[in-house]
Amino acid sequence: MDRRFGTLIMASNRALVVLGWTALALITSVSFGSVLAVAFVGDWNHGFPIGALSSLRFTLLQAGISAVICVVLAVPLSRALACRSFVGRRSLVTLLGVPFLLPALVAVLGLLSIFGRSGPVSGALVYFGFQPLNIYGLPGILLVHFFFNLPLVTRLILQGWSDIPSEQFRLAAQLDMRGANFFWSLEWPMLRRVLPGAFLLVFLLCTTSFAVVLTMGGGPKATTLELAIFQALRFDFDLSAAAQLAFLQVLVCGFSVLAVALVQGKSAFGTTLGSFHNRSDGDGTWRLIADCVTIIAASAFLFLPIISILFTGLPALISGLPNSVWLATFRSLLVALTSSVLTVFFSLVIAQMLNTRQDLKTRFAEIASYLPLAISPFVMGTGLFIMINPFADPFALALVVTVIVNTCLCIPLALRGLIPAFAKARQRYGRLALSLDLHGWTAFRVAFWPEIKQPVRFSAAITAALSMGDLGVIALFATPDGGTLPLLMQRLLASYQMDAAAGVAALLLILSFGLFWFIDRGVRIGH
Amino acid sequence: MGIELDHILLRLGQFQLTADLQFASATTTALIGASGSGKSTILAAIAGFIELQSGSIRLDGKDMQNVPPGQRPVTMLFQDYNLFPHLSVAQNVGLGLKPSLRLNKDELGLVKDALARVDLAGLGNRLPAQLSGGQAGRVALARALLRKRPVLLLDEPFAALGPAQRSEMLDLVSQVQVEKSLTVLLVTHLPEDAARIASFASVVANGTVTKPVATAQLFADPPPALRDYLG
Repeated sequence: MDRRFGTLIMASNRALVVLGWTALALITSVSFGSVLAVAFVGDWNHGFPIGALSSLRFTLLQAGISAVICVVLAVPLSRALACRSFVGRRSLVTLLGVPFLLPALVAVLGLLSIFGRSGPVSGALVYFGFQPLNIYGLPGILLVHFFFNLPLVTRLILQGWSDIPSEQFRLAAQLDMRGANFFWSLEWPMLRRVLPGAFLLVFLLCTTSFAVVLTMGGGPKATTLELAIFQALRFDFDLSAAAQLAFLQVLVCGFSVLAVALVQGKSAFGTTLGSFHNRSDGDGTWRLIADCVTIIAASAFLFLPIISILFTGLPALISGLPNSVWLATFRSLLVALTSSVLTVFFSLVIAQMLNTRQDLKTRFAEIASYLPLAISPFVMGTGLFIMINPFADPFALALVVTVIVNTCLCIPLALRGLIPAFAKARQRYGRLALSLDLHGWTAFRVAFWPEIKQPVRFSAAITAALSMGDLGVIALFATPDGGTLPLLMQRLLASYQMDAAAGVAALLLILSFGLFWFIDRGVRIGH
Repeated sequence: MGIELDHILLRLGQFQLTADLQFASATTTALIGASGSGKSTILAAIAGFIELQSGSIRLDGKDMQNVPPGQRPVTMLFQDYNLFPHLSVAQNVGLGLKPSLRLNKDELGLVKDALARVDLAGLGNRLPAQLSGGQAGRVALARALLRKRPVLLLDEPFAALGPAQRSEMLDLVSQVQVEKSLTVLLVTHLPEDAARIASFASVVANGTVTKPVATAQLFADPPPALRDYLG
């Protein structure tokens, strides 16, 4: 559309545009600075550090298998959800969003309580004369990744299903298409479009997995690059090795992000409820039974671990936890809320700047704002460590660094919601606002805020919840008595204080979802 | 207030449109043409949403180059999204007086009067979602009344209404036009709308706009472009 139209509304406030570019410069310098730092600090004269290549291999292996399993099993689940109508279907689809917000360690503990040595599954196996399960190592890592990403992929495919126009289903019914015909003409084209993007997204997420690998894996056989960076920096204090590993990780994530960007459109984080299709091909009894079993099994797999955590954790939580827990809670809340405020502030100024004009410069700016996706938390952590080290003690700045990394990583997520919302507001009310001579703050308040307020709240909520439960760079920097709640939980787990760990898990669960609910929904009620 | 389009050239992507004509002060002129012919583009240029490639637009003899849309003596009613959905009817009208919406007692009275003028007395507290399409059009018209801009541009704001409501709205526009001596440009693809309220009409076709002539005369002896369109 005509340029003046966008420019006039907000560019009357030059300060805002400057602020937008400043925010962008900050993100870019943290991201690019990290890459440069690890590239230059690594000592490449002696080749890769010991174990680097096996870490690289394991990173790719576990991410690849995780992605394949998720994509393959999400197809029948999403298909069952797309063509069966039952009481609670909408709630179930909504609840598929829960694992995304679940702190990684809480999921690990929950899954261990079901699939671990003393869990009910092992119990049943022993009863029938088999060996109990031992899920540490690769199987455990795959299990947790499956737990986290199955719902994500299911929702992506569900979106694909609901994007098929219902006329096509009616047409298929009229032509009496069944079975293979139906699959090849309706479902396969959609799957072919959606699955590669879904696969790459899961692959990318799994290559940066840290907390899961730290607790379920470890050892020379099951170490990812993220974990290897952590060990090099934290245990060996070998900055050069850490930098070299980080550089490998940059390559892995960079290529994955590039592939994601090439393959998929803009619907990567689609959050549809998925409209239900009344289909003609789902009548067979066997199909019905298979769909029921799929839905029930998936629900049990996804929600029993969470319920189990609440059952074992709440008593411990109520009977009292050590004081260190409350201090860590305070630090975690501080990190979560600061990250949330900063993410929203930076995303807003960037989004409004991108909204003011549509030229090459802003195209570049938009791409730059997604840069952090290609930089894993530990690469950024290592980079910041290298950049801070000459000037200050990085360990004293553990919480600050955590906030910076969280903010950088959540901004792309926030922009995905904010940029379209701004564009929609401009398309609908841009001309009206211009012709009524609204500008600056009034234009923002009257024309933009109502359209963007929901994505703003959602971004704030999701950043707060993710930061609350995240066990990432804080592990790299924190002193023993200066950690966040997830780090404390990890230390309790490592020293086998299972009751206390379960109590902290329940607390984390409540805080993460409480923050999400309160910011996304609760505030709305107050209006 | 007369409108002069002095050898203007507009370009939107591949599409080009030229015009060189005048619309007389205090008259209603219909711009008739097929969809995509550029009727709305003309209005957007007069309102200041599209930059001219060349030529100039003068309102009352004053060149509008570099005058931002909000400061032109123009009110435009769009096809859709004329009202902010989160503001009440009265607030939407009040925007015509003060964008800050900090209205004093007198100004609130003016808002009330404007709503009464368009037969919406008592509906000030409603939200746009609670209005019918015709009522929403009236709210936009009430705001136009308060803004007291001498030029009123109608970009098919009543296109979604049924025939009876549309005629009613057009009659209201016509009354207001006479009362306030407005210069009205009405974009429409319906000949009967033009015949109903516009004394003059121009045809937009083939990348240009014909000079306005009396509507009755235009339909009595349509030029080739209009004949093609009317079929």
